[in-house]
Amino acid sequence: MNATTTNTANSNARNSSGELLLDVKQLHVSYGMVEAVTGIDLQVREGQIVTVIGPNGAGKTTLLSAIIGMLKSKGDVHFDGNFYKVPDVEQMVGKGLGLVPEKRELFTSMSVADNLQLGAFQRYRRGDRGYETTLSEVYSLFPRLWERRKQLAGTLSGGERQMLAIGRALMGKPRLLMLDEPSLGLAPLITREIFRIFADLRRQGVSILLVEQNARAALKVADYAYVLEGGQVAMQGEAADLANDPRVIEAYLGLASKHQELLSS
Amino acid sequence: MNFQIAVLLGQDGVTNGAIYALLALSILLVFTVTRILLIPLGEFVTYGALTMAAIQSGEPTALVWLLLALMLIDCALDLRLLVQNGFSAHRARWIGLKLGYAVLMCVLIQTLPLADIPMFAQVLLTLGLLVPLGPIIYRLFFQPIASASSLVLMIVSIAVHVAMVGIGLLLFGPEGARTQPFSDTGFSLGPVMLKSQTLWVILVSVALIVMLFIAFERTLYGKALRATAVNRMGARLMGISPVFAGKATFAMATFIGAMSGILIAPITTLYFDSGFIISLKGFVGAIIGGLVSYPLAAAGAVVVGLIEAFSMFWASSYKEIIVFTLIIPFLLWRSLTSHHVEEDEEE
Repeated sequence: MNATTTNTANSNARNSSGELLLDVKQLHVSYGMVEAVTGIDLQVREGQIVTVIGPNGAGKTTLLSAIIGMLKSKGDVHFDGNFYKVPDVEQMVGKGLGLVPEKRELFTSMSVADNLQLGAFQRYRRGDRGYETTLSEVYSLFPRLWERRKQLAGTLSGGERQMLAIGRALMGKPRLLMLDEPSLGLAPLITREIFRIFADLRRQGVSILLVEQNARAALKVADYAYVLEGGQVAMQGEAADLANDPRVIEAYLGLASKHQELLSS
Repeated sequence: MNFQIAVLLGQDGVTNGAIYALLALSILLVFTVTRILLIPLGEFVTYGALTMAAIQSGEPTALVWLLLALMLIDCALDLRLLVQNGFSAHRARWIGLKLGYAVLMCVLIQTLPLADIPMFAQVLLTLGLLVPLGPIIYRLFFQPIASASSLVLMIVSIAVHVAMVGIGLLLFGPEGARTQPFSDTGFSLGPVMLKSQTLWVILVSVALIVMLFIAFERTLYGKALRATAVNRMGARLMGISPVFAGKATFAMATFIGAMSGILIAPITTLYFDSGFIISLKGFVGAIIGGLVSYPLAAAGAVVVGLIEAFSMFWASSYKEIIVFTLIIPFLLWRSLTSHHVEEDEEE
């Protein structure tokens, strides 16, 4: 466990100078008259794990949906050096942005293998036939999926579904993987396994934007963190610094949230 | 009723049933992927039959002008997008290709000695004229309202159907048409003569159903369409565009509809307005499948064909009533046994 923390700290120092991969400026999203996200600035550098924490309804999910283009937004989204006035999902996925949504959105009546294969749809369309290699990488990352490859996705357990959702997103070979509440509804042991995989992925050069309720685990694995409140960035900084910030400890890491964590497990 | 009549009726029933099965599958396919109930499917059937008849009589069919007109509108919209979103060589080439195709079709129809070319070429020409209409119709009428409620989609679908019936009258006139059978030979099975066209219908239908099955089970594009039907949001996140899915399913449905028309044209006289009843019977089959199950829909459609044939013998003037009454017990059974689909979609 100690070894991982030092690793994180090392890569932390290394990554603060990485290329800017995602640069969001003054992003606004409204549902009708209600503004859910009001002017957020957010950056992810190459090889970084960035986490966004905050209470329910702070606009975390909305933020991810807007970045990938599922929701209409106002503001600038720069990804991998390109500027998108109106991000379009298919285009963003094609450029190497992946999203694992909170509800997983698996193809439940199709097999695990089919789900994974569909993850590479954009690559297949562009004539990239390298997805067989990615498939074996995903299977070695999640041996459980290999065992269940012929099963229908709808028959999987919660943890397996999350693995499949992540594996499916990885099949598209994303440069930035965005995850919405990957630990939601999972047993602590599986949560730990999945968070360990994030560190693995970073080592393979995948940057990660992680939205989490489980602030403790998220801050441990991340390099940089944003605290979202009421659709705005309330605090931001190095994850290690934020984890020691008294306000963050009180609101998200304190005894109360520890208690919650225990309850949810 | 003796054995001979029963075999004849069975033959008719299975032939029509095979066509209804194809239509039921198309309706199901389009509905699950796009939530659109494809009422104009029957028009593709009649357009297919009437275009084939026009070509066989050597007339340069006016359908080609409809194709050209719709293609021009389609390309104009593409051009506007090109101006709005910035120039892209790929899109520009695509516009050129589409326009070139429409012009090529015009030239072919005007210059070829239509009545004298081999029947296979006539079939290809008919399909070449009709199939592009499907994706264009999706693009013009459904794509802008793709996220509207199912009811709105159905109303637009009815509107497209009504418009197509009217345009059908304009293009093909009020006379019915029959085409030459694919081959003249017949086969005798015991005391009964089997029409060769019957065999053609059954063979081609089965081949198409097998092809559909392979496409949806084995190819990534087919799986992508299924994925869109299972989880629209998940499919978008994989970069499967709903526009692509809509156009692809409409192209398939148009192809199947037109092919069905070409297949039955030598057996049945079709008029510009015959399409509705035909597709409605496919729809009954699809309802029997609960608008979800492909094998059940196909089986249901064959049953519809058989019941239609036998009720024609016993109570000819009530045959439509008998066929459409069939839907009531199935709806009743469905509503009593099925769980709520809305809740199902959540997970």
